[in-house]
Amino acid sequence: MREPGFTADGTWVGASVKRKEDPRLLTGRARFVDDIHLPRMLHAQFVRSSVAAGEITSVDLSRVRDVPGVVAAFTAADLDLGDITAVLDRPRSEFVPTAMPVLARDRVRFVGEPIAIVLAEDAYAVEDGLEAAEVTYRAGTPVLSEEQALAPGAPLVHDEAADNVLLDVSMFATEGIDDIFADAPCVVSVRATTGRQNALPLETRGVVASWDARAGQLLVQTCTQVPHVVRTVLAGCLGRPENTVRVVVPDMGGGFGIKCVVGREEIAVAAASLRVGRPVKWIEDRKDALTASFLAREQRYQARAAFDEAGRILALDADVLCDMGAYSCYPFSAGIEPLMASAEMPGVYRVPAYRVRGRAITTNKAPTAPYRGVSRPQYVMVMERLFERAARELGLGPVEIRRRNLITTFPYTGVNGITYDPGSYLESLNLAERVLTEEGWYERQRELAGQGRFLGIGYSCFNERTGYGSDAFAKRRMAVVPGFDISEIRMDTSGTVVATTGTMSHGQSHETTMAQIVADRLGLDLDHVFIQQGDTDRVAYGWGTFASRSITIGGSAVGLAAGRLGDKLLHIGAHLLRTRPDNVELSGGRVRKCDDHTRSLSYVDIAEVAYLKAHLLPKDVDPGLTATASFDGIGDGTFSNASHGVVVELHAGTGQVEILRYACVEDCGVAINPQVVEGQARGGIAQGIAGALFEQVTYDEQGEPSAASFIDYKVPTACEIPDISIHHLETPSAFTGNGAKGVGEGGTIGAPAAVLNAVNDALRPTGVELDDTPITPERVLGALEVRWTTR
Amino acid sequence: MKPPPFGYHRARDVAGATALVAELGEDAKFLAGGQSLIPMMNFRLARPAHLVDIARLGELSFLRRDDDRLHVGALTTHHEVESAPDRSVRGFEVVREAMRWIGHLPIRTRGTAGGSLAHGDATAEWCLLAVLLDAEIVTASPRGSRVIPAGEAFLGFFTTLLEPDELIVEVVFPKPAPHAALTEFAERRGDFAIVAAAVDLDVAGGRVTGGRVVLGGVAPVPLRVPAAEALLGAGERADAELFAACGRAAAEAVDPPDGPGPGADYRRSLVRALVARACEEALAR
Ligand SMILES: Cc1cc2nc3c(=O)[nH]c(=O)nc-3n(C[C@H](O)[C@H](O)[C@H](O)COP(=O)(O)OP(=O)(O)OC[C@H]3O[C@@H](n4cnc5c(N)ncnc54)[C@H](O)[C@@H]3O)c2cc1C
Repeated sequence: MREPGFTADGTWVGASVKRKEDPRLLTGRARFVDDIHLPRMLHAQFVRSSVAAGEITSVDLSRVRDVPGVVAAFTAADLDLGDITAVLDRPRSEFVPTAMPVLARDRVRFVGEPIAIVLAEDAYAVEDGLEAAEVTYRAGTPVLSEEQALAPGAPLVHDEAADNVLLDVSMFATEGIDDIFADAPCVVSVRATTGRQNALPLETRGVVASWDARAGQLLVQTCTQVPHVVRTVLAGCLGRPENTVRVVVPDMGGGFGIKCVVGREEIAVAAASLRVGRPVKWIEDRKDALTASFLAREQRYQARAAFDEAGRILALDADVLCDMGAYSCYPFSAGIEPLMASAEMPGVYRVPAYRVRGRAITTNKAPTAPYRGVSRPQYVMVMERLFERAARELGLGPVEIRRRNLITTFPYTGVNGITYDPGSYLESLNLAERVLTEEGWYERQRELAGQGRFLGIGYSCFNERTGYGSDAFAKRRMAVVPGFDISEIRMDTSGTVVATTGTMSHGQSHETTMAQIVADRLGLDLDHVFIQQGDTDRVAYGWGTFASRSITIGGSAVGLAAGRLGDKLLHIGAHLLRTRPDNVELSGGRVRKCDDHTRSLSYVDIAEVAYLKAHLLPKDVDPGLTATASFDGIGDGTFSNASHGVVVELHAGTGQVEILRYACVEDCGVAINPQVVEGQARGGIAQGIAGALFEQVTYDEQGEPSAASFIDYKVPTACEIPDISIHHLETPSAFTGNGAKGVGEGGTIGAPAAVLNAVNDALRPTGVELDDTPITPERVLGALEVRWTTR
Repeated sequence: MKPPPFGYHRARDVAGATALVAELGEDAKFLAGGQSLIPMMNFRLARPAHLVDIARLGELSFLRRDDDRLHVGALTTHHEVESAPDRSVRGFEVVREAMRWIGHLPIRTRGTAGGSLAHGDATAEWCLLAVLLDAEIVTASPRGSRVIPAGEAFLGFFTTLLEPDELIVEVVFPKPAPHAALTEFAERRGDFAIVAAAVDLDVAGGRVTGGRVVLGGVAPVPLRVPAAEALLGAGERADAELFAACGRAAAEAVDPPDGPGPGADYRRSLVRALVARACEEALAR
């Protein structure tokens, strides 16, 4: 049986089969949270703080309750819920846990912080209700920047966090590193800041909570990347046993990380629904999504690197400061960005000596959550800038200096204690350079330079740690430790298979890619395999989807479970075919005798015995065709890698950065479905370009967000994102079921560095270098005309 | 992002529409394409108590030539103008070509010429074109009809000469402008311009004998720049040097706002570049 979807050697894995999700998504038959309509359902919105810092002196909701259509309104005192507190297993000198109340009680810490929940008969009346709320504040002085947060005597965002520092770690500090810097022939430094960003899933956050009287369960249908984590926190905040809460996730329109933390609105909606005894829906509107959701990426680096004459890096010294906003997200905490940057900054390079200080500060801005790539887009950008700068000082080519420093022998244990499994760091860079060279971009650059035009070529090299297991997460010292995944699989009497996963696709096509894995293991047609996810009642526990863990961990668990089911099929099949177990194999939906392919049984035949004629089963086999397996990440995980090459032209007159060419050479090991991999890379690159050139969340001096719609928050559109060509290399992982490595974040990681390098290459004749993102046309023109300082 | 309660009325004819708005008073507004008004209502920045929907007044949707004049009905959508055949816009190509700068296709299929002029955004392409080409804005109200010269229509930030119950019926461009162009710059395609520049040149025998320069994004209203226009009136050779000088003169003459968003220096630089570019494009047309 050869299907069009098969690869040449007859496997599903490796084939760009059409996505199983697409028919319903493309014909409007998907079901998102907002498509759920329950009888007697109410609509919720939140009264939100209008001041960035201060004490709440009164909340009066009496007029709210009089608004036509409004059914109820609750404050923190009315609902009396437990706080959400992310904890790291670190001493207080390193990490200060802070509580995030579900609704603000006596203090507000950012504009947009939820203070009260209003329920009404429709989505319009509820907003009328919000306008009738009367909240008074004793406004304090907001802390909005590194300078303000760290100034002596600065107002404190959280009383328990002296100096407004939530995390402060110093790591590695290789002995003698100061001497290395003192003696090195070349020392370069970079100071860079990166703009605060919004991960911006097309589908905003949303939830429908209802009471299932028959099951005695609170049913929470929510668009989360981490259904079980939401269940755990919900149960805790509500003070009820976890078995009385069921979290179900319908189709999702993106998450990118901001949905892998628990939102306080999810809890408040559930609590309010219990209080009024009616289903309650909350759909976050775009204004709240832009201003009061979880943000990310506002970081400041002060980094130095020492090099020898040959351009080999001798030491790296970095100070990383991340502005995590008003609260620590659960479960990752405000430590997520600085810890990621500190642990992984050396990246793909052989850095013999390393010292880093990573800090998280708290400010009166909307809180942050891990956004696709988590710090890696930032530190990769800084590393790549350091190499570019050293290349200029030493008179080396930018590609050559990288070649001299890339890790080429594996496994490699870095100065940061991380062991990297094999990758194609050098090969990917060489290929990226070859693509741009063969297309004539270097000639074009020389040609245009003669005409006074500004063409620039830039690269970035990076890896992406994926498949973090429990051990790797434990090294971060999280109080709850994600890592493993469990899969249950069963075949029914029709011979089709359903496998569960604890991961949660929010656009990544797991229903297709995981089915490809199962189909191969069982010799089944893809149409006969179904993946179930996003229901806490169906899976014992699962950590959801983030950190590029789904195919590496979830996919491996699914593969193992399928293998176990396959063993059972073989065992029963051999018995029924009256042959030895090692003389049977699975293919084409049948158990066949190896020495006589004409003798075989279909899975339907076997399922009939397993379920309907169990007396025919071998004595040592239980009825039914089910299996369970779990998988945990191995060692330090498995590293995908990529090199990006970008060509830009800067337009004199407007400062516009036009991307003329974008080439990505990626290696995610075995690509389960190359088209899905390319989709991940393209989407990621688009978000990386967004960070490099367009998006920034800004505030005025009072802490009022100044980008409350897409007019001011400049998410790029299809017009701004160029065609991206993708080239695949394949270094299979030894640590995962199929040799696959994670691929969810890579595009985002490499784009800012490559774009920034290309812009700076183009700016060479001006002598100006730009290290801060986003690089707006205004700043580019400022550099081209060297007439005003950047702003 | 849902509007407060409002009453909805659908007009059957122009007289009925204006009479109804007059009767409902200050808090009543015409609703045309809804591409400016509805977003403002969703943000609760506009709170009309009543909307009088004029979208079904088919008689206000037209694009017509009579002799040298181009008539555009108030309800003609940006997209209808954008896709107009050559013959109906001959000599007024600048009007058609400018449409592609307005928002995105879905917006252009609903947004209307009249709505844009009434909304009075200082960077709106329709407002710039009207001032550039000395258009006449024809209106109707319970007090009768009048013609407002575009040069007098825009009073300040989103403020026009229109009375609340005065409906724009059509905009009339009085004479062909074969050498006119509009160009602009925004960070993203489809955004309102940071700066927009529109020019109309009189060209004879390779020389520029007169011209107009109108800018958006540098003042609360579409701004004519006499200092730059003076350079165009001197009969100089139509070349890059003249156009660059014109751009520099315009940049020196304006006093753009300094943020929030793009700063004054940047806007001035854009004026310099875009005026020169608009001149080049106008000449090439
Ligand atoms: C994302 C986005 C991007 C946009 N980008 C641009 C852009 O780049 N350039 C640009 O110019 N515009 C842009 N627009 C606005 C768009 O062009 C609108 O269509 C236009 O401004 C208003 O026209 P309308 O028919 O939609 O009017 P409406 O929104 O219906 O009404 C706008 C105002 O005009 C009044 N009004 C409407 N018709 C009349 C009339 N005949 N007589 C008197 N008063 C009337 C209404 O009462 C209201 O006050 C954009 C809009 C969006 C949503």
